[in-house]
Amino acid sequence: MTNFDQSDRSLDCAYRTQGLTKIYGEGAAAVHALRGVDLEIPAGEIVVLLGPSGSGKSTLLNIIGGLDRGTEGTVWFRDQELSAISDADLTRYRRDNVGFVFQFYNLMPSLTARENVELVTEIAEGSMESGEALELVGLHERTDHFPAQLSGGEQQRVAIARAVAKRPKVLFCDEPTGALDSTTGRTVLKVLKDVNETLGSTVLIVTHAAATAGMAHRVIHFADGDIREIEENETRLDPEEIEW
Amino acid sequence: MSGDATVSPLDRKLLRDLWRIKGQAAAIGAVIAVGVLLLVMMTGLVTSLDETRQAYYERYRLADVFAPVTRAPDSVIDELAALPGVAAAEGRVAGYALVDLEGVDLPIQARVVSLPDFEAPRLNDVFLTGGRSLDPANPDEILLLKGFADARDIRPGESLDVTIRGAQRAFRVVGLVQAPEFLYVTAPGELAPDDARYAVIWMSRATAGAAYDMEGAFNEALISLARDASEPAVLEAVDRVVEPYGGLGAYGLEDHLSDRYVSEEINGLRGTSTIVPPLFLAVAAFLLYIVVSRMVQAEREQIGLMKAFGYTNLEVGAHYFKLILFIAIGGAIVGCLAGIAAGRGMVVLYLQYYKFPFLLFELRPSSFILGFLVSVCAASAGGLLVLRGVFALTPAVAMRPPAPADYSRTGRVGQAIARLLDQPSRMVMRRVTRQPLRMGGAVLGIAAGMALAAAMTSVMSGFGRTMDLNFNVIDRSDLTVSFTDPKSDKTILELQRIPGVIEVEPVRNVSVVLRNGLMTHRGAVGGRVMNPRLNRAVTRDLEGIEMRKEGVILANSLADKLEIAPGEVLTVEVREGRQPVLHLPVIGTTESLLGSPAYMEIDALNRALREPNRVSGASLRIDSARSDAIYRELKDMPAVAAVSLKEDARASLQELMDSGAGAMRYVMAGIAFIITFGIVYNSARIAQAERERDLASLRVLGFSKGEAAFVLLGELAVVMFVALPVGALLGYALSFGIAAGFSSDLYQIPATFGRADFGTAVLAVLGASIASGWLVKRDVDRLELVSALKTRE
Repeated sequence: MTNFDQSDRSLDCAYRTQGLTKIYGEGAAAVHALRGVDLEIPAGEIVVLLGPSGSGKSTLLNIIGGLDRGTEGTVWFRDQELSAISDADLTRYRRDNVGFVFQFYNLMPSLTARENVELVTEIAEGSMESGEALELVGLHERTDHFPAQLSGGEQQRVAIARAVAKRPKVLFCDEPTGALDSTTGRTVLKVLKDVNETLGSTVLIVTHAAATAGMAHRVIHFADGDIREIEENETRLDPEEIEW
Repeated sequence: MSGDATVSPLDRKLLRDLWRIKGQAAAIGAVIAVGVLLLVMMTGLVTSLDETRQAYYERYRLADVFAPVTRAPDSVIDELAALPGVAAAEGRVAGYALVDLEGVDLPIQARVVSLPDFEAPRLNDVFLTGGRSLDPANPDEILLLKGFADARDIRPGESLDVTIRGAQRAFRVVGLVQAPEFLYVTAPGELAPDDARYAVIWMSRATAGAAYDMEGAFNEALISLARDASEPAVLEAVDRVVEPYGGLGAYGLEDHLSDRYVSEEINGLRGTSTIVPPLFLAVAAFLLYIVVSRMVQAEREQIGLMKAFGYTNLEVGAHYFKLILFIAIGGAIVGCLAGIAAGRGMVVLYLQYYKFPFLLFELRPSSFILGFLVSVCAASAGGLLVLRGVFALTPAVAMRPPAPADYSRTGRVGQAIARLLDQPSRMVMRRVTRQPLRMGGAVLGIAAGMALAAAMTSVMSGFGRTMDLNFNVIDRSDLTVSFTDPKSDKTILELQRIPGVIEVEPVRNVSVVLRNGLMTHRGAVGGRVMNPRLNRAVTRDLEGIEMRKEGVILANSLADKLEIAPGEVLTVEVREGRQPVLHLPVIGTTESLLGSPAYMEIDALNRALREPNRVSGASLRIDSARSDAIYRELKDMPAVAAVSLKEDARASLQELMDSGAGAMRYVMAGIAFIITFGIVYNSARIAQAERERDLASLRVLGFSKGEAAFVLLGELAVVMFVALPVGALLGYALSFGIAAGFSSDLYQIPATFGRADFGTAVLAVLGASIASGWLVKRDVDRLELVSALKTRE
């Protein structure tokens, strides 16, 4: 393995995994969540991971997002081997490079919309102003409201603003529309598309709503802990056109 | 409900829930158990002591009234027996003596009591524990108090040298006895019992009569009351009858020294048992409320689901209530069993000081029932608040995503301050201000722990202060000498001439009854030189008080008891010699934590008694290298009735304070610190459980372990720093209650507000917080980010 080769790849490859395995439990009760996944995710794309519950897609997202570690195999983020770094470095990696959006938003109920965004901008380098991030998700008003005073869609947009405010290289979204109605869901997907286009962030969306796949550059189908198929969309749908 | 044989699924859930929270359940159960333990043990001891005392008194016909006189002919007894309200009367000879033991330098004080020659005593019988009764034909026979005989290893058949009125004589000990009037035995002038240093000797009336020059006469009348008789009326009538014979004032059993101390102990226990156990149960109720309400919060989806399935509010409520009852009843059972064991242990301790022939730890069913009821009620009080939360939940919550907690009302609070803070600090501030009641509860909980710890350390050092004040500040002598009767002050010169005696200070102690209106106190007035150096009266600031000619100085506790203040006039009924009644102004009060002394300038006292230049004893400072020779010298002085060493008195008082009710302070202090830790730890755990999701989110957003933990620990720190001053104040208030509970007629325990005590308590709470914080932080560090995020709170 040469460094040259490595850095060369990192130019257009956000993630690379080799033989990534995740086993929960031991012995007879062991569950193989990931069975030796080999994958490359190009930088700057919207990638949708599709698959039924328990197929391993969330596990993969958690590992490459630095929330969890694989049992075996290697994970590379650009030229950094995530599977080899310490917990503190993993925290650093999340802080500097990664934004997360969750199904249940995970906002701090004790902070206002603006403060939730500032929570991140305070610690991340090179981040945008909180107002700018909220603007990006279409929330100009109600920024001084607490999560309890916001609708589900608004909360999710705050969560996205919080995730993108640091100009993350990668944005991870786990079922981002799972708790939303279709209209609000479409708004949220549109925000994700905008982020991808304006910030150039790689966006990884885990979902079992197959329709979402229409807006992706690349769709990875998951089943039984491994990749079944990878398709590249020739033409991508606008979020407005997505039905579910 | 399902069939009889199967356990309902809800009950199975109950058992599993219990298993899941077993640590917390055990901790709360333990607090309940401690409360019930103390309750059962103390009420059991009160019952046992009270009933045993009653039975013992009745069985051995203890007199109800004691009437000491100078010398009255036997015929007066018939007069007394004929008084209305008197059931029986008997005269006896009682007096002081010295016992001379081989190898013991100091003379040992003894009390001699006569028994009728040819019949069983009508009153104040004795319980023979070994040997045989007196043979009236043999004037050399005596019975000896068992406690003293055991302490000095004297057996029936051995001989004992006794000095009575200056004449030494050998007696034969034929039997060992116990007696209800000597349940608690102290040498005159001493507060704490020491079996080895005080003897009681019973001899035949004829022998005692000869020894004390009381042939055909008595110097103490014993009287039992008829049913429904009025004691004050009888006392008055008896005083009238014996007045011509030098009556020294009849008094009832409740003023008898031995009975007074037993009553004091029983009352102390009764008082403590009404204050302390409820405190523990209240803490337990609070903890139960917190834990179960947290559980209901976490399980609200399940509760919604149960309701959606058709379970009624009551059924769901009963499920959680059962959990509470399970813990409460478990704690109560353990507490009852441990209470019985502890009570049995305490009885053994009590028998060392209270000479009951038997003392069984008896429990009335009411003690158990009370323990159970109180613990279940306390727990239910916590539970009812929880049930409100259960009832308020609708089935729909199960279907909805969780709504974030509403902070909008707190948002505007302190905007200006908020601007200065970073986001994590704002989270801490908002959380603290969002639910003031909840935070108030946490503050109060920790403050209660702090208060308990502070009050107990304060009371602990109160014990030390009592000892220090008495034995270092007030009494600076090495030994105290008492004379057989008031002597000329030339005796002081004799003492001064003994080689090795550095300083001698005369004292004149006079038995008196002090009266102020309806308030009376039976005790003594101590005559002191103008500027006492060895045995002083001191101010609150521990400065020596100069005696003045014109009046008396009272101990604070005595002034309180008599409800009298400096400037007012006190009636002093002297119970010696001519027995004058004096009206003296109170000219000051003195700090005293032992007994209830009253002081007067010695010459003024003697003048008031019209007995000039008399001394009844002296305080001595001696060269310790020559103490043995001094003791021998003192033993040979006929005027000396007793010598007591300060070190001995200090040691026996310390021992007394370290056993019985006083010993409880160690147990309670230990428990206080455990409870403090329990409360702090529980608060930290609960805060952690409530914030797990937020903490996980912070970690995901890239906050380090330390930064995430700050949000949790910062909240704890805020609660802690509010709790500390609140706890100090509560502790200050509580220490008065606890100190009063520990104080007795014997000694007062001051509620001190010592910096060191509160410092210790603060350190204990901080220590508990740091330990709890560390335990909690360890879990935050190990937080499983993924699973914490998946849970919907």
